Amino acid sequence: MIRMENVNKAFDDNHVLQGLNLEIPKGTSMVIIGGSGTGKSVALKCILGLIKPDSGMIYVDGKDATKGDRDAFLARFGMLFQGAALFDSLPVWQNVAFRLLRGSLKRPVEEAREIAIEKLRRVGLKSNVADRFPAELSGGMQKRVGLARAIAAEPEIIFFDEPTTGLDPIMSGVINDLIREIVTEMGATAMTITHDMSSVRAIADNVAMLHGGVIQWTGPVSQMDASGDPYVEQFISGSAEGPIEAVR
Amino acid sequence: MNPISLLGELGRAILNMLAAFGRVALFALDAVSHIFRPPFYPREFGIALLNIGWLSLPVVGLTAIFTGGALALQIYAGGARFNAEAVVPQIVAIGMVRELGPVLVGLMIAARVTSSIAAEIATMKVTEQIDALVTLSTHPMKYLTVPRVLAALITVPALVAIGDIIGIAGGYTVATQNLGFNPAAYLKNTVDFLELRDIVSSLVKGAAFGVIAAIMGCYYGMTSGRGAQGVGRATKGSVEAAAVLILAANFVLTGVFFSL
Repeated sequence: MIRMENVNKAFDDNHVLQGLNLEIPKGTSMVIIGGSGTGKSVALKCILGLIKPDSGMIYVDGKDATKGDRDAFLARFGMLFQGAALFDSLPVWQNVAFRLLRGSLKRPVEEAREIAIEKLRRVGLKSNVADRFPAELSGGMQKRVGLARAIAAEPEIIFFDEPTTGLDPIMSGVINDLIREIVTEMGATAMTITHDMSSVRAIADNVAMLHGGVIQWTGPVSQMDASGDPYVEQFISGSAEGPIEAVR
Repeated sequence: MNPISLLGELGRAILNMLAAFGRVALFALDAVSHIFRPPFYPREFGIALLNIGWLSLPVVGLTAIFTGGALALQIYAGGARFNAEAVVPQIVAIGMVRELGPVLVGLMIAARVTSSIAAEIATMKVTEQIDALVTLSTHPMKYLTVPRVLAALITVPALVAIGDIIGIAGGYTVATQNLGFNPAAYLKNTVDFLELRDIVSSLVKGAAFGVIAAIMGCYYGMTSGRGAQGVGRATKGSVEAAAVLILAANFVLTGVFFSL
């Protein structure tokens, strides 16, 4: 389980997180929605330790996320970045097997390559993609490679940052389905950040609406449409009228 | 602008500059501390050796040969004013080995390598590749900075040595082909005049300049701002800072080696 308690983070005078409280039960898929610049990515990066919160506590399975062996902590996570964040200088298979080629999870090169190719197949890519470089792939293929990298070491917790941004609706659907299938079959705890309501419906067990630095509403995805929360309703409808200012 | 606010601006600029020095110094110390702690990344080190050392050879060689040739012509023309044309071999040797070799190689490395390191790492930062490294349990300082700094520390002195030799060869070619010097006498004068201290100073300068070039590239890359403008600023800033620091370090090292 991931728990964020009263987390605050400001960048100069921009108070992005203002006492954020959030719980993600083990083995469930939480999707965080909210407008651009509301701190969704900051919240995610705080959990991973990429950004240090100004105050507040973050617990993973009851343990303080900032204490203990950092490598062991990060080994539990997989992450799909918004732009895939593949390493340009490495071929696709080495991107996927990055964690398996070094550090505590290191495997023999041939075994790592086999695992990488198997993961590529899992996300719908053929083995001939393995030796290509990221720059030679389309945006959708890069996202799939990023997804394969996120799951390569069989993590317990997977984060997805805007998994469908920049993709056409069909490719978005493919990525959403893949995420749902993979999270279910791995039994992983998932946290996804998105603006895309089709992603929310495809991926989420639970939804949290972030606005003004705090969670405005959280609940099961099945209750989202009838939440009665004005922020959620405005976000779902995409209306310019409501508590969320259209010009920010 | 009144004198008080002018003084305030000046004070702010000085404080900012000192703060920047402090940040760079802390970054450099952090990088050095990671050199001795595992894990190590031999593949990245090998790639950095190739990029910084081997692929810089053409630009270093061309810079050195033209500089050596021009130096021979200048010394010959200047020396003729007081009948001292015969000192061409000695002055070319000492000029290349003590000063021009290390400084020009250092500046070429700043232009070629520092800019490339800063642009590459800044792009990695902008595209979240640095964050991705962290989530994959890989310390960016160990994976990106240490291999480049170590490679520069090893290869730039070698480049300086090669640049010194090629520069002297450029002077030799011009002096023997255009200025009528005897080839054997030219070589003998060159070898006889150079001291061990000249060569050691050249190599030490090369090592210092290499470390400065790599550190500045990594520092500006890692601290780059967002977007294309951030990458551009990081690249420009890294080359400016590396070039100025190399010239300043050259002054200090020259003082250490030759003013005592």
